[in-house]
Amino acid sequence: MTLGYNTLVVLLGCALLGLACGTVGAFALLRGRALTADAVGHAALPGVVLVAMLVASFGGNPRALPPLLVGALVAGVLGVLAVQALTLRRRIREDAAIAIVLSSCYALGVALLSYVQTMPQAAQAGLGKFILGQAAAMRAEDTLWAGGIAAFSVLICLALFQRLRAACFDPDYARVMGLSVARTDLMLLALIVIVAVAGLQAVGLVLVVALLILPAVTARLLTHRLPVLLLVSALLGALSGALGAAASAFEPEWPTGAAVVLAGAIFFALALLLAPERGVLPEAWRRTRRRIAATESHFLRAAWEAQEAAGAGPGTAGDRWTPIAALAAARGWSEGHASRLALWLGLRGLVARADGEIHLTPRGAAAARRAVRAHRAVEIHLLGLGATDIAGADRLADLVEHGLPAEMATRLLAEPSSLPASPHALGPKT
Amino acid sequence: MTVVDFLRLDLPALLAAILACGLCGLLGSFLLLRRDSLLGDALSHAVLPGIIAGFAITGARAGLPMLLGALAAALAAVFVISLVRRVAKLEAGAATGAVFTSFFALGLMLIEATGARSVDLDLDCVLFGQLESLVWLEAQGFASLFDPAALASLPRQIFLLATVALVLAGLVALLWRPLHLLCFDPDYAAAIGLPARGLDLALNLMVAAAAVAAFEAVGSILVVAMLVCPAAAIRLLTDSYRAQVLGGAALGVALGALGYAMAGPVPAALGQEFALNAAGVIGTLGGLTVAVAMLLRQWRSAAPQSVLISG
Repeated sequence: MTLGYNTLVVLLGCALLGLACGTVGAFALLRGRALTADAVGHAALPGVVLVAMLVASFGGNPRALPPLLVGALVAGVLGVLAVQALTLRRRIREDAAIAIVLSSCYALGVALLSYVQTMPQAAQAGLGKFILGQAAAMRAEDTLWAGGIAAFSVLICLALFQRLRAACFDPDYARVMGLSVARTDLMLLALIVIVAVAGLQAVGLVLVVALLILPAVTARLLTHRLPVLLLVSALLGALSGALGAAASAFEPEWPTGAAVVLAGAIFFALALLLAPERGVLPEAWRRTRRRIAATESHFLRAAWEAQEAAGAGPGTAGDRWTPIAALAAARGWSEGHASRLALWLGLRGLVARADGEIHLTPRGAAAARRAVRAHRAVEIHLLGLGATDIAGADRLADLVEHGLPAEMATRLLAEPSSLPASPHALGPKT
Repeated sequence: MTVVDFLRLDLPALLAAILACGLCGLLGSFLLLRRDSLLGDALSHAVLPGIIAGFAITGARAGLPMLLGALAAALAAVFVISLVRRVAKLEAGAATGAVFTSFFALGLMLIEATGARSVDLDLDCVLFGQLESLVWLEAQGFASLFDPAALASLPRQIFLLATVALVLAGLVALLWRPLHLLCFDPDYAAAIGLPARGLDLALNLMVAAAAVAAFEAVGSILVVAMLVCPAAAIRLLTDSYRAQVLGGAALGVALGALGYAMAGPVPAALGQEFALNAAGVIGTLGGLTVAVAMLLRQWRSAAPQSVLISG
């Protein structure tokens, strides 16, 4: 299938709706109203069905989009108001109120739909597309509408940027500035209703909430800065919309709404796994690297201290061969574990190995000296503070010495340039 | 309408409605008190890909693989939601919304991709709930109610629902005290050493089981409605734990029976031509019940004040 005019229209329409939903969704998420769109979407169903019945009973064309959207809009507003009314007394929390409104409104819509099906005028024609979305049915003027809504919501968000930011991050500051948070919330709710209703024809009412949430949560994983977050969220929304529409253009059997949401979900999953700062994999990688670095420095320090224990003075340690067994005994490691570590450090060029003994390379010796200095700086500092349990100070220093900058170690030591002797005996752990 | 008609056409659907609504009403109170009402919403949507996958792998509309798939999907959703909350540092609502819509979208896609739609896995059943499709064709009369052979031909959804309802009701009775503490005073519960996380997980599992069992018979939307509406209505009227939990279940049963009657049998008895979607009517009644409870509460809280003023 070639990229014909119709496909292009649908693609563009979905992208624009995604853009609008992504923009508004970012503020909705930050203001803790991520799921309001779910209530709006489901509440729209009875509105759409009622309007279709009305139009059909007056002899109009029940497929005409504008009246249906007006019905959805009115019902969506009523749904939001119902949520507000339910939470007014704080006896029912907002999540429960949203669940009540969306389920009972949708149920009402389903009941009405089953009634419409018994009507002779075939008023139900085309109503199904509101449930799962049918972007393929979009025509040029629908795209124009989508574009108008996208432009409108983006413009409003930009115009209200200061207001919305203050309400999201610092309601107290907003109040001081004379910006009523309640009024800002009202505007945000209105925006949510508008983009959610507009998104219905592309994504469908069950999934329209995802078009607001997914780009916003993805963007939040990627950045902390609000302008960047808005931009990323809007672009991801547009991209999800376009990709989903394209997918269902090539595979007409695929429901557009599901395709759009899945595209957004894939972006979210990728961000969840790979986001540089908050992603699962970078975090795991950082943790593993920290653990490896800690073990490495323990090994190097043990090598240094084993030489000191064997009689090397503070000035000459680091230049002798050390049996791995002695080193393992000092750390309480198994010999196999110590040998594997020696192999690893050999690969990194920090130690040389021969006959079950190791020798620090110049780089390894420098690193070992740094590790010993950091460890002793912490130990001596703790003892200077009055700690009497030397073994305890040793163990505590094991935990906090990693990542201690060299200059901090220097500040903690009485004689900054030298390597002090260990405050405790060196040798096998008991 | 004859007795045989009732037994054949209405009894199975009525039973399914009562069982599903009572079960969801029972568990809904715990969700509401735990401030976890959206979990029902999330799980009842999230089971879809599991059901489709179970269907696609075995290629048959057999009960067990689909059930296992649904349960696996529900557990996966619970796990992913908690992962997303932790990693992305999102509030519960946003994390839940992001995850369950993704699961549901995946399910819709799988329906098309696996060709499940062309067989008899009905998307309408998922979206609208098709209580009406449950029929008991073997029924010959009241005697059938005591005939094991005829009873065995009741729709399998009924047996599933009944089993799950029995097991879960037993579990609730067993965990009555711990759940009470968990709902009303989680700090105290933690202080006396109750395994709060284990209880939470047990509650999640129970809701998942209820959602899975009810999903196929009554559709996802009725599960959502019945997990929150009866509990919320009762919550507006009472502070008593016993009244909350038992009342939620009772209200669920009543709504199921009343809604089913109002959808089909009552209009028919009145000589009307139409029959409404029963799941839709039950859910609508659920919303109305909450509204009525809201009014009752306002009226009740207004009453003592007027006494004060007049006295």
